[in-house]
Amino acid sequence: MQEAMINKAKQLLSEGVVNRVIGWKRGEFAYDITPAVFENAEEIEKSFVYDDFTAANVSKYLVKESKKDGKILAFLKPCDTYSFNQLIKEHRIIRENVYIVGIPGGPKLDAEKIKAKGITGILGVKNENYTLKIDTIYGEETMPFYEAVLDKCASCKSKKHVIYDELIGEDGDTLDSNRFDMVEKLENMTAQERYDFWRSQLSKCIRCNACRNVCPACTCEKCVFDNPDSGIENKAPSDSFEENMFHIIRAFHVAGRCTDCGECSRVCPQNIPLHLLNRKFIKDINTFYGEFQAGEDITSLAPLNEFKQNDCEANIIHERGVE
Amino acid sequence: MLKISLDKLDKLFEAITASKTLYIPVDREDGAAEYRKYKSGMKLSNALNTVRSAKDFFFPQTENLVDFKMDGKNIEVIDIRKESEDFVIFGVRACDARSFTILDKVFLAEPVDSYYKNRREHGTVVTMACTRPAETCFCGTFGIDATSPEGDAACYSDGENLFIEAHNEKGQKFIDSISALLEDGDTAKLEETRSKTREILKKLPLANLSTDSFGGDKLNEYFNSDKWGELSESCLGCGTCTFVCPTCQCYDIKDFNTGHGIKRFRCWDSCMYSDFTKMAHGNPRLTQLERFRQRFMHKLVYFPANNNGEFGCVGCGRCLSKCPISMNIVKVMKALEVK
Amino acid sequence: MNNDTLIPYIGVVTDIRQDTPDVKTFRVVSTEGGKVFEHMPGQCAMLSIPGVGEAMFSITSSPTNKEFMEFSIKKCGCLTTWLHAMDVGQQITIRGPYGNAFPVETELKGKDLLFIAGGIGLAPLRSVINYVRANRSNYGDVQIIYGSRSKDDLVDYKEIIDEWMNDDGIEVDLTIDNPQEGWNGHVGFVPNYVKELNPSINKTVLICGPPIMIKFTLAGLKELGFKETQVYTTMELRMKCGVGKCGRCNIGNKYVCKDGPVFRFDQLGELPDEY
Repeated sequence: MQEAMINKAKQLLSEGVVNRVIGWKRGEFAYDITPAVFENAEEIEKSFVYDDFTAANVSKYLVKESKKDGKILAFLKPCDTYSFNQLIKEHRIIRENVYIVGIPGGPKLDAEKIKAKGITGILGVKNENYTLKIDTIYGEETMPFYEAVLDKCASCKSKKHVIYDELIGEDGDTLDSNRFDMVEKLENMTAQERYDFWRSQLSKCIRCNACRNVCPACTCEKCVFDNPDSGIENKAPSDSFEENMFHIIRAFHVAGRCTDCGECSRVCPQNIPLHLLNRKFIKDINTFYGEFQAGEDITSLAPLNEFKQNDCEANIIHERGVE
Repeated sequence: MLKISLDKLDKLFEAITASKTLYIPVDREDGAAEYRKYKSGMKLSNALNTVRSAKDFFFPQTENLVDFKMDGKNIEVIDIRKESEDFVIFGVRACDARSFTILDKVFLAEPVDSYYKNRREHGTVVTMACTRPAETCFCGTFGIDATSPEGDAACYSDGENLFIEAHNEKGQKFIDSISALLEDGDTAKLEETRSKTREILKKLPLANLSTDSFGGDKLNEYFNSDKWGELSESCLGCGTCTFVCPTCQCYDIKDFNTGHGIKRFRCWDSCMYSDFTKMAHGNPRLTQLERFRQRFMHKLVYFPANNNGEFGCVGCGRCLSKCPISMNIVKVMKALEVK
Repeated sequence: MNNDTLIPYIGVVTDIRQDTPDVKTFRVVSTEGGKVFEHMPGQCAMLSIPGVGEAMFSITSSPTNKEFMEFSIKKCGCLTTWLHAMDVGQQITIRGPYGNAFPVETELKGKDLLFIAGGIGLAPLRSVINYVRANRSNYGDVQIIYGSRSKDDLVDYKEIIDEWMNDDGIEVDLTIDNPQEGWNGHVGFVPNYVKELNPSINKTVLICGPPIMIKFTLAGLKELGFKETQVYTTMELRMKCGVGKCGRCNIGNKYVCKDGPVFRFDQLGELPDEY
């Protein structure tokens, strides 16, 4: 796949269709891959990479990149195309300035999951028939491929590209995913259990803002949490409960726009399953207003952006809250 | 050297908690390690390091500095400082131990930061030598020996026993407080373990990373380098690197109105944030390039310029594993260094 | 526990003077009367209204004033708007003094001095000017070139007219950007006026004003034959701690709050262009 992508990128550059390529750049180790813009064939030859660790969703970078001169080639995985579509819908990306090549997606791997097994000194990672052969300073280690899969890929919602100019490989279909399983589990908890769950998770937050900054739905030019005039600008909680509010407010703000790309949880340095907050909203929106997938198209009105006479009444929240 | 069997660690921890609050690294459910206040039954983590560094003990993410009571045109200043309790941080790695001497250079320089000093004086740092360094480790680059950590007292494991030695008076007091549990031990096996670890350290992928190209006199070489654009282009402008970094110490001071008084608190801040240098009339660091450059210039050039050549990095590798886009000081050093 | 510089003192505002449409000068004393602390010309203090904000301001009064400190503050942000709205008798918090000072007791001693200021930039220089006036025999000739947008925007106009202009050995040259009724003085921007006046290149220059004014004035001074080692300025960047620890006001390895705010241009030239 990597080779086909490199050839495609070089071809589009030499034909003058695009003047830049956004993709992923090889790092020091097997897994530390950085999203990058490539401007010529030499750079691509040297460091372009597409493998089991190229999980980063590059859609959000196109907000800025699509405003520069010339067209940029973006390789988008199926999940990335939902984010891209949603950003077009929100008038954040100039579609004409991006040439999209759809590429097959994951499952992608999470180096943290390999390290959590106690495997360290990682020098190389190979996937042999869904067994990871991990070369380390301390000798070779193995682990099942699926135990190292990123959470966001473990509950993949779609193998289908919802927008592209061309594809490498065949397009897939939307999947019957198990992505609401954990949400249901949380719903079935008692209020106290649920509270304890989120308190223990959110209390790990170090307020680095990685979740917000990576989120393709968070493209406000000035976030309310960065605005000293808002009265709630804060880099750290002023009390132990306030941290929860940052994440809850953010989840509210992206409700109906979050495509469930899972980047928030992927980048969290404290492994907080932030995507579960978003999924709860997605699940509720599906229940209250009918099935809706943000980013699936660029024309439909989001459920929270329109009013229908048969919309559920607000007191449904209260009724459901009664145990 | 004095030693205690590794299977008696819980007895050791109980003995420490008899006189002081104890913090040890423990494994969380998600497999990552973090420092927690010791309670009976807790197991010492085998992880190489905690996600959050040990700097939190002396420079917490948020702390109250002073309270104010407002009454009409009058203001009352309330000094809320209290003497810190005595505490022990156990299992600090060599990299984090060195970070304290770096933080000291900032907070204990005149005018002394009394909040930091108070905790520093009441905290005993008990370090733990590394035996399984990771690929992300590069403490050796900064002259740190992972097998001989600094700290008030240091521990070394040979797989069966934990050996303890004091480095100063505070460390000796710590050892005296637990001496009933310790016995003299033969260090032959320990020395074997340590030399094995030293061999591994030499073979680490970043073992050859050098600071030769950096230092306080390298301002002009690097400030205007054309590499910064490429290095910073994917930076999300989040504060992950800053907040997991054991040496990052920039802070903000803010007021919080509780409704019955004002609390002035300080909290960690990050030079990566867009409002870090924003003023009413402008911002000298307008784009992420300048903010990104500041963080690395500070560690590799400005800090050594002000501190006799000491770098503002200890090679703990946290930013290498935690940066959401995997951009870090190693990549910056390799891109900038003059071969 | 020893006092910590982050814990402020209380100051009482005993006088508020409307200097220009957007600049007020505040007189501050301690709760017992008298100055909250001593300072040298060019040093700064952190003023705050708890719950509103805290910011660094240069101390505009001269250390030779033994009764009070003064701060000339332009209304431009959250805290300054609050300060402009308050009344006499209001308490504020104050901590300092912070930063270095103009070298009035060393390098400037015995020298002919040229002060160049634009707008609110006079505020930090006023401290030096009045210090020099109070210790007149220690310094040579004094020339002050000061410009503002309009006559109404000249800070401390009354003091300039009534006191400075009446002193022996002090030349004051005022200018405003555009012609204005009731103004018979010079019209034009400060950098051009400096060139027109063609001051002697033996003078030591202290300059403060908007960055763009400083830039063109410095270029003009160089054309006239001044060296960077003869010219001092004072800087301003965002600050929180005031003591070189919070990490945001650095230019290269120098912290404006601690190593500055006063820099000589040759020293500034060695630092990165990031201010």
